[in-house]
Amino acid sequence: MLTYFLKRLAAVIPTVFFVTVMIFCLQQLLPGDPAVILAGEDQDQNTVAYLRQKMHLDEPLPVRYGYWISGVMRGDFGDSLRIQQPVRQLIQDKLPVTLELAALAMMIALLIGIPAGIVSAVAKDSAWDYLANIFALWGLSTPNFWLGILMILLFSVSLGWLPASGYVSPSEDLKANLLSMIMPAFVLGNAIAAVLMRHTRSAMLQVLNTDYVRTARAKGLKENKVVLKHALRNAIMPIITLGALEFGTLLSGAVLTEQVFSIPGFGKLIVDAVFNRDYAVVQGVVLFTSTIYIVLNLLADMAYFLVNPRLRG
Amino acid sequence: MFILSRRLVATTIAPPISPLPAPLRASWVASIMASMNVIAAALLLLVVGLISANVGAQTLRIGLAEDPDVLDPTLARSFVGRIVFAGLCDKLFDIDEKLGIVPQLAISYQWSTDNKILTLKLRPGVTFHDGEKFNAAAVKFNLERHKNLPGSSRRGELLPLTSIEVVDEMTVKLILSAPFSPLLTVLTDRAGMMVSPKAAQASPNSFGSKPVCSGPFKFADRVAQDRIVLERYANYWDKSAIHFDKIIYQPIVDSTVRLANLRAGQLDFIERVASNDISGLKAEKKFNVASITELGYQGITINTGKSDIAQKNPLGRDARVREAFELSLDRAGIVQVAADGEGEVGNQWVAPNSTYYAKNVPVPKRDIARAKALLKEAGVPNPSFTLMTPTTSDAQKVAQIVQAMAKEAGFDIKIQSTEFATSLNLADKGQFEAYLLNWSGRADPDGNIFNFYACKQPLNYPGYCKPEVDALLNKSRSTLDVAQRSKIFEQIAAEVLKDRPVVYVYHRHWLWAYNKKLTGLRTIPDGLIRVQGLKM
Repeated sequence: MLTYFLKRLAAVIPTVFFVTVMIFCLQQLLPGDPAVILAGEDQDQNTVAYLRQKMHLDEPLPVRYGYWISGVMRGDFGDSLRIQQPVRQLIQDKLPVTLELAALAMMIALLIGIPAGIVSAVAKDSAWDYLANIFALWGLSTPNFWLGILMILLFSVSLGWLPASGYVSPSEDLKANLLSMIMPAFVLGNAIAAVLMRHTRSAMLQVLNTDYVRTARAKGLKENKVVLKHALRNAIMPIITLGALEFGTLLSGAVLTEQVFSIPGFGKLIVDAVFNRDYAVVQGVVLFTSTIYIVLNLLADMAYFLVNPRLRG
Repeated sequence: MFILSRRLVATTIAPPISPLPAPLRASWVASIMASMNVIAAALLLLVVGLISANVGAQTLRIGLAEDPDVLDPTLARSFVGRIVFAGLCDKLFDIDEKLGIVPQLAISYQWSTDNKILTLKLRPGVTFHDGEKFNAAAVKFNLERHKNLPGSSRRGELLPLTSIEVVDEMTVKLILSAPFSPLLTVLTDRAGMMVSPKAAQASPNSFGSKPVCSGPFKFADRVAQDRIVLERYANYWDKSAIHFDKIIYQPIVDSTVRLANLRAGQLDFIERVASNDISGLKAEKKFNVASITELGYQGITINTGKSDIAQKNPLGRDARVREAFELSLDRAGIVQVAADGEGEVGNQWVAPNSTYYAKNVPVPKRDIARAKALLKEAGVPNPSFTLMTPTTSDAQKVAQIVQAMAKEAGFDIKIQSTEFATSLNLADKGQFEAYLLNWSGRADPDGNIFNFYACKQPLNYPGYCKPEVDALLNKSRSTLDVAQRSKIFEQIAAEVLKDRPVVYVYHRHWLWAYNKKLTGLRTIPDGLIRVQGLKM
């Protein structure tokens, strides 16, 4: 396991390097002079010149990459030229928000998706199966922003139960925090639950049909043991992979959901930064979320070892 | 990641299925459903348990359409930032509903006989939020900072200001290289905002993240893209006009969500309401709606000389084609359809109700026959051009209506939807034929025309350059008398509007909606929310 872990870890370093190059180069393809865009409506020439110099725009691309990457190595992601805040600070501010939203959404997705998938597989072709499939189809085909706005209209405008949007830090007010996160977490979790349900069902159906499950039943094992201990344990592997990928996606920001619910997470930050050509923010946040994504994949691979004994040999 | 994906695909192919025996299936479903019910019930309890209203009575919550940029008046560049500054930073002067100059931190002013020195008497007893005294030295520091700070966006606005002289503790002289009539109006905006010299010197590179001014509210907190919190400044010079303890500005980009927040009681005030929501809001008893004609305009900028493209297209090449294009437009129809009637038709850089509107060039009526005749005369009965349009739904609507209207006169317009930042870049390089662009506007008409029509100015996207217009523009800057300036603007209008480098279409309305309990709101054409006098 250690060798495997070290090998995978070693592969992470060139991957992250490749990611930094890609982030930097792809950003250069964005049309428009970032200094002109950041200079705002007035287009003051003095401001444009200053911003150009601040962003090293007059220097060759490799030199600019060098400035950025050497800063990153020292833990300095640069400053947002638009709002005059260090990118590191922005990441620190947004990370707990995005993490909380992702964790809540994932929790909702797991709580709904996996039981529904198991029920659907165990009770195949029953009313429960059809119900779960209808739910999955609904979850997959409902656009997040649409569901979000409808929920706001129902729970905030009509019923007045939940805040329409905005974010309150849990350290400030835990109650208000949870109230503000319920709707966005559900909107995000709902879509993922549908995916998880489909995959759980599919994997469970495959495993429930294998010889060892039949043998377990023949031995007279209780059905809940057969399903949960024998079948689910094998079927859960693709779910772990999928969960890690979905969680990684959530951490890189749920743009539309964050926009609709005004949740100040990574998604909103990146979108605003791209439109304003605030390069330091785009680079810093994308690098950070990409690294998280890579690490989550690494962890998913590690989780295989814990779940599947065959890989340990 | 690829390995993981392959594994995923490999394990998710559905095999042949053998269902469980029915009794087992039923017991299983029941037990899983029971556990799901428990979880659902727990979540429901959590939600219900958490629900309760928790609103601060002394807080004013304002929904903004965008997240402001840096909160340093010297560096700030966005319109929305000015809304926050209206609560945070006092200025030397302010404007009133009729664009008149009114005192704020300066209580009076006097021009020298040659109009090259402006003497300001300052308001005594004013302090900055850090307790520092506001005086002539602070004014000198601020104006010099506006002029000299690297990256300052105010430098251009204060270009004719050569030096600042402290006469005594509360008197300061602004010495100009040449008479500059827009100066007082410039000082009603960010260039007139005063920050604490001590705080600005203490954190020269991060002042904008914790600004210290002298306005009615002091900076408390900012979470980018989430909120800006201001707290009442106890020593504000006009504290009797302040009735809130706190203001929270919340950027909510989507207008539907912004409105939902108002309706849900999460916000007390929202700016830039979508025009199609206005009629519904007016019918609701809980809210008031305010509509103010903007200082800016919505217009179609035509490349008449910015690049070679101008000469390759009849619209850029021939003023008769541009006149025909203008005559093909029914401005009132555009305002009605694109903005639900929430706008004023206009053909100039200022709205027809402005003192400086040039009455010698009124809004032309739609005349398709005349437009066709002009095109025939120009030898291009069916000219074609591309209209670069930002991707916002409002801009798209206007472009589509213009396209349909101009078609009746023979124009073939192709709409090129372009992301705003990219469109600015293309306009700057002259890579466009026509460009639908709006300008937020300035209180003095100089701010709406000088940078757009004077030769080689940064916002001169048409590439327009005429020495006689330049001379008139400079003359308008050196004349203080309103009547004389109006005459000069009429001369400029006669010249420029004949050439039509910009076809002005209409002036939008700033649309606000707010809780009916909120009183004391002033509707000033710059679209900024004055917090003085606001009461709930």
